[in-house]
Amino acid sequence: MSDLTHLTLAEARDGLKRKDFKARELADAYLAAIEAANSSLNAYITVTADKAQSMAQASDKRLQTGDTRPLEGIPLGIKDLFCTKGVHSQAASHVLDGFKPDYESTVTANLWADGAVMLGKLNMDEFAMGSSNETSYYGPVTNPWRRAGSNQSLVPGGSSGGSASAVAGFLCAGATATDTGGSIRQPAGLTGTVGTKPTYGRCSRWGIVAFASSLDQAGPLARTVRDNAILLRSMASVDELDTTSVDKPVPDYEAVVGEGVKGLKIGIPKEYRMDGMADEIEALWQRGIEWMRDAGAEIVDISLPHTKYALPAYYIVAPAEASSNLARYDGVRYGLRVPGDDIIDMYEKSRSAGFGAEVKRRVLIGTYVLSSGYYDAYYLRAQKVRTLIKRDFETVFAEGVDAILTPTTPNAAFAPGEITDPVAMYLNDIFTVTVNMAGLPGISVPAGLDAAGLPLGLQLIGRPFDEETLFRAGQVIEDAAGRFEPENWWA
Amino acid sequence: MTVHVRDAKPDNLIKGATGDWEIIIGLEVHAQVLSEAKLFSGASAAYGGEPNAHVSLVDAAMPGMLPVINEECVKQAIRTGLGLKAEINLRSVFDRKNYFYPDLPQGYQISQYKQPVVGEGVVLVDIGEETIEVGIERLHLEQDAGKSVHDLHPAMSYVDLNRSGVALMEIVSRPDLRSAEEARAYVTKLRSILRYLGTCDGNMEQGSLRADVNVSVRKPGAPLGTRCEIKNINSIRFIGQAIEVEARRQIAILEDGGTIDQETRLFDPKEGVTRSMRSKEEAHDYRYFPDPDLLPLEFDQAYVDALAEALPELPDEKKARFVEDLGLKPYDAGVLVADKATADYFEAVAAGRDAKLAANWVINELLGALNKADKTIEESPVSADQLGAVVDMIADGTISGKIAKDLFEIVLAEGGDPRAIVEERGMKQVTDLSAIEAAVDEIIAANPDKVEQAKTKPGLIGWFVGQVMKATGGKANPQAVNQMLRDKIGTE
Repeated sequence: MSDLTHLTLAEARDGLKRKDFKARELADAYLAAIEAANSSLNAYITVTADKAQSMAQASDKRLQTGDTRPLEGIPLGIKDLFCTKGVHSQAASHVLDGFKPDYESTVTANLWADGAVMLGKLNMDEFAMGSSNETSYYGPVTNPWRRAGSNQSLVPGGSSGGSASAVAGFLCAGATATDTGGSIRQPAGLTGTVGTKPTYGRCSRWGIVAFASSLDQAGPLARTVRDNAILLRSMASVDELDTTSVDKPVPDYEAVVGEGVKGLKIGIPKEYRMDGMADEIEALWQRGIEWMRDAGAEIVDISLPHTKYALPAYYIVAPAEASSNLARYDGVRYGLRVPGDDIIDMYEKSRSAGFGAEVKRRVLIGTYVLSSGYYDAYYLRAQKVRTLIKRDFETVFAEGVDAILTPTTPNAAFAPGEITDPVAMYLNDIFTVTVNMAGLPGISVPAGLDAAGLPLGLQLIGRPFDEETLFRAGQVIEDAAGRFEPENWWA
Repeated sequence: MTVHVRDAKPDNLIKGATGDWEIIIGLEVHAQVLSEAKLFSGASAAYGGEPNAHVSLVDAAMPGMLPVINEECVKQAIRTGLGLKAEINLRSVFDRKNYFYPDLPQGYQISQYKQPVVGEGVVLVDIGEETIEVGIERLHLEQDAGKSVHDLHPAMSYVDLNRSGVALMEIVSRPDLRSAEEARAYVTKLRSILRYLGTCDGNMEQGSLRADVNVSVRKPGAPLGTRCEIKNINSIRFIGQAIEVEARRQIAILEDGGTIDQETRLFDPKEGVTRSMRSKEEAHDYRYFPDPDLLPLEFDQAYVDALAEALPELPDEKKARFVEDLGLKPYDAGVLVADKATADYFEAVAAGRDAKLAANWVINELLGALNKADKTIEESPVSADQLGAVVDMIADGTISGKIAKDLFEIVLAEGGDPRAIVEERGMKQVTDLSAIEAAVDEIIAANPDKVEQAKTKPGLIGWFVGQVMKATGGKANPQAVNQMLRDKIGTE
């Protein structure tokens, strides 16, 4: 049965349609795999086995009658940041203890409406703040990948570490994730999976616990480019409950997968070639450039001059918004309440106990940069930088560049506790934050293994709402690089 | 601070031990927008209801919830801006004002900070015979907070979120007011404009309209003094009292050689004092920043023009029309337009009738009677039709003015058709000369000495008229009686 879990999402979908197996069998195979693996990987916070089985049975009925929907019977894992009705939805935070919403996020509602099956809620960095999935209240997630010949466990990246680990470890056919500064693409890069951060406004944010509202965007994480294309089509929608969602038709992304990049102009930004970047990353990038050229793309050198300001500006804007978004976790209405002598004491005790160190750090940074006397120097300045970063991209796209190719991360997966300096940790997002700051779509595709046998990813950045070009170009990388699966040591 | 300074009239100055003091007042009025739903959620904005009955997921700030602007509230703000002759900003921005409070579920209030939807405008306020201009600095939209209830549990507080997220318009005046009377008149006028527009019900007892009052004092001509803000006053009378009390408090401190601390104060109407709520040092740092959940609020001029087109006639325009077209005195016109229902009542009475006569009856008799009975015009026991019939009967000579007052009292107390009452109770004016003549002759015959005096002193004719009127039960036509007496006595 376990071989069912190794099917890609597209293969599983086609197999179900051909009635090679039942949705219930597929769901059970994943539930068994989770049961066997979760104590090692800690990818799931909650497994919704009953729900999965009843949803799968409903899918089987439809598959029987031929009344099938695009994701009929496909078992998915859902990042804990998404509110799911009656199910643990805590953003992996202690402060939301016991919170089970009586509403369903728009993105997950879209997935269920298209026939997908819910396996459970996936671990993540608390409130999506982190790049290693070490900040979860539910403990760190382990990467299914290990260095060759080593038993040292490694981080899966973050914040969608549970999503990445579950996809890489065959614990779901695909997963939802969110990306505020790289939280889909960086863990995809570190786990040999494919992750897409769509254009800001492509997916509704309604029902997703907010981290930084102007940067947050939901997206898929799965084993192939095609699987990402399939998932995004179901996840994306305009939503009258989210006025920042955009009313544009959602294309059939899967239809363009395989169209190649012939005649496309791929930009290579010189500012992403950083001092001290590992040779392996540089080599990987070169290989990607060759693959694009071999597939008929024109390679052009481009400049994105404000890139170096992106990370510092991001670490002003995102914490500022977070400090305000997280104010509602005050112990008054839901979640954790630690009694106090008076209301202020109750706030202080509840929030002190409820938030982890990284969340506190960002709330403090955010509060500081918005305070009177500092607003202009920090927040306002960062917003100006943001405009300049956006303009950098607009300029190269106006010059005819169709997509931009960069590494996803400056390094492969690392060990828990290996990076303790917050700023060093933030540097993991150096190639990905610009995309969020500019609201653009980006995808990370596995492109090879490093000397230690760990996966590395390449990132493609596209024009606003041109995810199709990313899937076309991403498939070229996938075809050239092949797919990467970790050796199963966990079950 | 740039202020175009209005000098106080001399009788508005407060006499202190060291000379005269001038009060400088500016108001921030919070007016609840009349709308079905809240500013950013579909929950009902109705007053009252069981605690927490009108609360959506957004109002309770559940995780992952997002605000969606209610277009009706935006329209109401624009209409109000137009009514205040103000600049309408085609692009404005919603900001978050961050602070912690149990009845503020989001931990921030969505408001407008640097770019409000309405800019500078003006309100004309009648103070007796004088009209003053009060500058409007801005109007912005913001969410109301919920309510903490402290008296239901010995150690805990309860929170009612029914009001949480209800749309408010904050209307900020320039510091153009110089006395408690002016401040009261300004709020009264502003409330009148809002009610005419139908953008706020102006119900202060229910908290639909409340004011923060900024007060400072100075010697006439001196630079502006340090101001204190008196928060959340919900009656026009209390606004006046708070200003008086606060001005005198500040003057006493200054005359004792002290200085005023900039602070937020609360007015205690029972004790008649203001008390410090928080000092400048304790003031919140609200960390305003643009709300990333909401796009800037944008609309075009055509949208504004369409709203302007559909605007009702406002008090100032109505007053001008009453004066110019109907010939009313400006003061009377002002009294009638202050309340839209009164103006509507008056227009119903005046339609097709002598407008000045109608105005006199509405102002002197009807409003007087309602005031005595503590009733609103909507509760008037005398309808416009009934009063119109009374006025008609005066105009066509059916009844005398004096009888009309009696008739009015009857209609007020008992109701009924005024014409039928006049008919049934024999109140018609007697214009039949032969009927009057008998009474006249009788009075002349009974008072020969007065008749002699009256021949040289025509003023005495009035006494005879009175006697005849008394004898006829007030029903004789006074003009006819007067003429007949002059003829018979032979007054020079």
